[in-house]
Amino acid sequence: MGEMTERTLLKKGAEASLYAAEWHGKSVVIKARLPKKYRPEKLDKTIRTYRTVHEPQLMHEAKKAGVPTPIIYLVDVENAIIIMEHINGRQVKKLLEDLVANERENLCVKIGELIAKLHKNGIIHGDLTTSNMILNDEGKVYLVDFGLGEKNAELEAKGVDLHLMKRALQSTHYQHAEECFLAIVKGYNSVLENEAKDVLDKIKEIERRGRYVAERKQERQNEVSV
Amino acid sequence: MEQSKVDRDPREAYCLGVESTADDFGIGISTFNGEILANVSDAYVPLEGGIHPREAARHHAKVADKVLADALKKAEIKPGDLSLISFSQGPGLGPSLRTGATVARVLASYLNIPLVGVNHSIAHIEIGKLKTGALDPVTLYVSGGNTIVSAFASGRYRVFGETLDIALGNCLDVFAREAGFKQRKGMPLGAAVEQSAVGGKTLISLPYVVKGMDLSLSGLLTAAKSLLHEGKYKLEDLCYSLQEHAFSMVTEVTERALAHTEKKELLLTGGVAANKRLQLMLSAVAEEHESKLNVVPREFAMDNGAMIAWTGALSYKHGCLTPINESHVNLRWRIDKVDVPWAK
Repeated sequence: MGEMTERTLLKKGAEASLYAAEWHGKSVVIKARLPKKYRPEKLDKTIRTYRTVHEPQLMHEAKKAGVPTPIIYLVDVENAIIIMEHINGRQVKKLLEDLVANERENLCVKIGELIAKLHKNGIIHGDLTTSNMILNDEGKVYLVDFGLGEKNAELEAKGVDLHLMKRALQSTHYQHAEECFLAIVKGYNSVLENEAKDVLDKIKEIERRGRYVAERKQERQNEVSV
Repeated sequence: MEQSKVDRDPREAYCLGVESTADDFGIGISTFNGEILANVSDAYVPLEGGIHPREAARHHAKVADKVLADALKKAEIKPGDLSLISFSQGPGLGPSLRTGATVARVLASYLNIPLVGVNHSIAHIEIGKLKTGALDPVTLYVSGGNTIVSAFASGRYRVFGETLDIALGNCLDVFAREAGFKQRKGMPLGAAVEQSAVGGKTLISLPYVVKGMDLSLSGLLTAAKSLLHEGKYKLEDLCYSLQEHAFSMVTEVTERALAHTEKKELLLTGGVAANKRLQLMLSAVAEEHESKLNVVPREFAMDNGAMIAWTGALSYKHGCLTPINESHVNLRWRIDKVDVPWAK
C-alpha cells in the first residue's frame, strides 16, 4: 500500500473499523471491513467484498450528483479495505444537540437537499444516520458510509431510505426528532419538488407495513373497542 | 379499593399478571420485589397452519380458570392475598389480547384491587433483566411476533433496529410448516428448524437484507420456500442456510446498536432466545465489543405470565395505573411510546 505512517483507531464500528493515518503525505481514513466471526466464512466474504466494491462506486456517483463525499484513494477488494480522504470536521450526531433551533433547522434543510440530490440520481444511501454525516470547517456537509447503499430509482427504495433517516432521529435525537425531520423534508421538497410528495406518501405506506404502527386502517376500529 | 394491600412489605405484596397476546395463555405471580412465585401457561396448538386468532382466543377463554387456579396453588396464596392485577395490553393479536384483558378486569374489580396494563415487549426486557441481573443492556427481543433491538435512553426504551416486515420467529415457523414439521406442545416449530440445521453443511446463498438499522426477512423467507419446493437441496442445508442468513442479519443490527450506544451488556430475550446458534453468534459480537451476553432462561423466554406480573409490580411502584375504562387493548403498541420511570 506504499508509504504509510502508523495507523490509529478512530472508531470500531459494527460494520468496519476506521483508522487515521498519513499516506503519501496525505491525511487519510482507512476503512477496514474485518472478518466477522459470527457468520459463516463464505457469507462473510461475500458481504464484505460486495460492500467494499459498491461503496466507492456510490461515493463517486454521489459526487457527480453534487453531494460531497471523501475522495477515494485506494480500494483493496481482497482485504476489504478502502483508503479515503480524511475530512476535517465534526459528526453531525455530536453537534446537532448543541445548535440553537434555527441553526439546527438550517443544517437539517441542507441534509434534506443532499438526500434529494442522491435520490434524484437514483442513489440510495442505505444508512442515513447523523453518524454518517460530517460538517466540515467551511460549513459543507459530507455524506459517508455508503456500504449499505445501492443504485435504485424506485420510489420504494427512496421511501425506505428517508424512513430510516426518521428512525435514526427518533432513536438518537429523540428531543428534536420531529422538528429535524420536518426540516429535512423541507430541504428534500425544495430539490425534488413534484416527486417528493410521492416519496413522502411512500414513507407512510412503508410505516403502515411495519409491525408496530397505530395508523393501520383495517384495525382502527378494533383498537377503540374492548 | 383496598389501599392497604399495595402498601404492604414488598415481599408480601403480590401481583398477578395475565399474558395473552398470541398463542400462549399464561398467568404468573410475582412479589413486588421480584420473586416469581408462579408461572403457569397453556399453549394453543393449531391443528394445521398458523395461529387462528379467534381459535386462539377461544382456547384462552377455555383454559383461563384452570391456569389461574394452578398459578394460585403453585404460589400457595389465595385470591384475597393479591395486591395488584396486571395484563398484556399490547402489542398482539386482538382476540387474544381482549380475552386476557377481560380476565384481568374481572379479577381486579371482583377483588377490588388496582389494575395495570403492561406493554408485552417491555415485559420481555424486564424479565430478562430480572433473571440475568443485567442493568442497562442493549436488548435483542426476538419471537414469533417481534424483532426489536432496543436500549434505554432518557426515560424510554429506544428502538435501534427492527424488522421492516415479518418477525424472526415467524420467518422460521412458516418455513418449518412449509417443510412439513409439525408443532407439538412444548416444542415450537422454530426448534425443529434448529435441530435440522445442526445437520446442515452446505451454505446456500439467500437474500441478506439489512437496511440501515433495520432488516427485512420476508424476501429471505420467500427465497427459502421456493428453493424448498424446487426440491434440489437437502432440507438440513436449507434450514442451516436460512438460520445463518437470518441470524447474521439480526446479529449485524444488534452489533450496530452495541457499537453506537457503547453499552457493556447485551440481553437476548423472547422465544427465539432459546436458539443455541443465535446465542453463539451474539456471544461472539458481545465479546468483540467487550460486553457481556445475558440470555433469559428458557422458562421466561417464551411468552409468560411471570414477566407481566413483574412488570406490573414495577409499573405500579412507579405510579402507573390503568383505570378499567382506559384498559382497552392496543394492538400495535410501540415499545418507544411507553415511559419506563423505573429504568435508569
